Amino acid sequence: MSMKSLKIVTSKTLVLPAANIDTDQIIPARFLTVTTRDGLGKHAFNDWRYNDDGSETDHYLNSDEAKACEILVGGHNFGCGSSREHAPWSLTDYGVRVVISSEIADIFRTNAVKNGLLPIVIDKRAHQWLLDHPGEEITVDLENQEVRLPKNGGTFSFDVDAFSKHCLIEGVDEMGYLASQTNAIDAFEAKR
Amino acid sequence: MAKSLFDKVWERHVVTDETPSNPSVLYIDLHLIHEVTSPQAFTELGTRGLLVRRPDRTLATIDHSTPTLIDADGHRPYVTAQAEKQVETLFENVEKHGIKIHGWDSPNRGIVHVMGPEVGATQPGMTIVCGDSHTSTHGAFGALAFGIGTTQVGHVLATQCLLMRKPKSMLIQVEGELQPGVTAKDVILAIIAKIGVGGGTGHVLEYRGQCFDDMSMDERMTVCNMSIEAGARAGMIAPDQTTVEYLRGREMVPEGDALDALAQEWLSLRSDPGCDFDSIVTMNAAEISPMVTYGTHPGMAMPITGIVPAAADEAEEKALEYMHLKADAPIAGTKVDRVFIGSCTNSRLDDLRAAAKIMRGKKVVADVTAIVVPGSEQVKLDAEAEGLHDVFTSAGAEWREPGCSMCIAMNGDKAAPGELVVSTSNRNFAGRQGPGARTVLASPETAAAAAVTGFITDPRTLETAA
Repeated sequence: MSMKSLKIVTSKTLVLPAANIDTDQIIPARFLTVTTRDGLGKHAFNDWRYNDDGSETDHYLNSDEAKACEILVGGHNFGCGSSREHAPWSLTDYGVRVVISSEIADIFRTNAVKNGLLPIVIDKRAHQWLLDHPGEEITVDLENQEVRLPKNGGTFSFDVDAFSKHCLIEGVDEMGYLASQTNAIDAFEAKR
Repeated sequence: MAKSLFDKVWERHVVTDETPSNPSVLYIDLHLIHEVTSPQAFTELGTRGLLVRRPDRTLATIDHSTPTLIDADGHRPYVTAQAEKQVETLFENVEKHGIKIHGWDSPNRGIVHVMGPEVGATQPGMTIVCGDSHTSTHGAFGALAFGIGTTQVGHVLATQCLLMRKPKSMLIQVEGELQPGVTAKDVILAIIAKIGVGGGTGHVLEYRGQCFDDMSMDERMTVCNMSIEAGARAGMIAPDQTTVEYLRGREMVPEGDALDALAQEWLSLRSDPGCDFDSIVTMNAAEISPMVTYGTHPGMAMPITGIVPAAADEAEEKALEYMHLKADAPIAGTKVDRVFIGSCTNSRLDDLRAAAKIMRGKKVVADVTAIVVPGSEQVKLDAEAEGLHDVFTSAGAEWREPGCSMCIAMNGDKAAPGELVVSTSNRNFAGRQGPGARTVLASPETAAAAAVTGFITDPRTLETAA
């Protein structure tokens, strides 16, 4: 699967400040009976966005402004819970390309990078600034591993696994690399 | 250098070592699959023209989307046609790729994390993955077991390997003995309350100490199952004689001398004295009480005898509001609408026995609905052989077909908006058991006590029939 290359994203931020936003909030389990990965954006944060009768709530996530944001800033420990890759699938389909938090759950983070979605764990001060300034236009520069904030917010570096960075920038997935390890895998199996 | 149990299992499975530019290639001994997180992975394989590298190391079952009721005609009514199609898609995929499935005709069909240990597929020292975060369950056997997403399911199907950097390690040492009436579920809820719902992020936990030595395998599975609820990738307990005896005689476990040789190897899988951990948490088992959750994540857990803590921040304030609970009031005595006994956390024979012990000779109160969902067909048969189903049904609880059921509420088993559910499952996230449903996580004993009293009740206060 080839993915869209991600180098620099400049966008207003969509801020969801609650701590521990879990995968059941990102996409409730009743939408997981699908056998494809497409079109899940309409169910992103489903129970925040829709009333029981299916009509839209007045949640900010339903606004055109929110839907135009490519950078989501979440509260601490974003994406905790299940291994459902439907969570990043729904976010990318909604239009998100970068998720920033002070902590991001392991499986969500692993799933995100495999779908062209950059998860950034950032310094607590920068995180607080982002929570305090929803909707500001910021720049995420993956090549230089920097988040640049306007209005004297400053510039903050972030860590990213070198291999994930390569995959995101080149828009390639990991299967190709794994498949290239076949000889090593054969040898490993042979010596056990 | 002194090595931890985790170090030892990790090192035995490294195909190529990690470098600054590349993660390790880690070999996977056992890949468990189910209907929800596999279809897109098989599609990807098809698109790329790839085959499943090791069907013999892949084992399937159906659990998440499956009905837990059978109607009078023997039909299983699916919640939607799409759910049925998802299950059918798995049958087609395993047929096509030659993968064994514990399907409708298997005595072991059921929740994937109940089935794996039950057939002896789960063994000490293995690397085990599944597209399900509660794969951490299998760590109870001293396996390195963790959940993966669907893209990685595809990686393992195609290459039997994963790309991964080695996580950090954390030792959870719990010494001493539990007080009577305190369970494995209470232990893990107390651990999560202490380290926090993100406290284990980036780590593999090792549970060690008398508290865990004393536990049965069913109890150890309850503990390891919820490692992910502290954010940890995995949780492990070193194999001991209890582990060996559990596995003896199971379908996929060798017999006789072969097992004796294997057991020697298993028993050597222990952390070396003085090995390093990135962090260490110590607790005293005697200080742990029966626990319940009071918020919308498993870290918001408290002793059942206590008063609801004040909200520490806005998120906790919202959580209390969602739960209709007031700070500074006792949690015991809260009105209950529904009780769910089941899930990969608490649906094994030990769990059902514990719940039956409380329910025996009592009635589920009139305005409470209680359902008991065994973890697998085998658990169901074993429980019925002991007459546990009669205890539940004569109390007025429903005895269902095996599956994930109300833990994840994607098969149609769910609570109504606003209902309070005392549940033996693992997640109390808002809406987890149905939109607007309020979940209180607890042990099978506490869930059974809620069913027969109609309130959150300390099970130690109830008299049990002999």
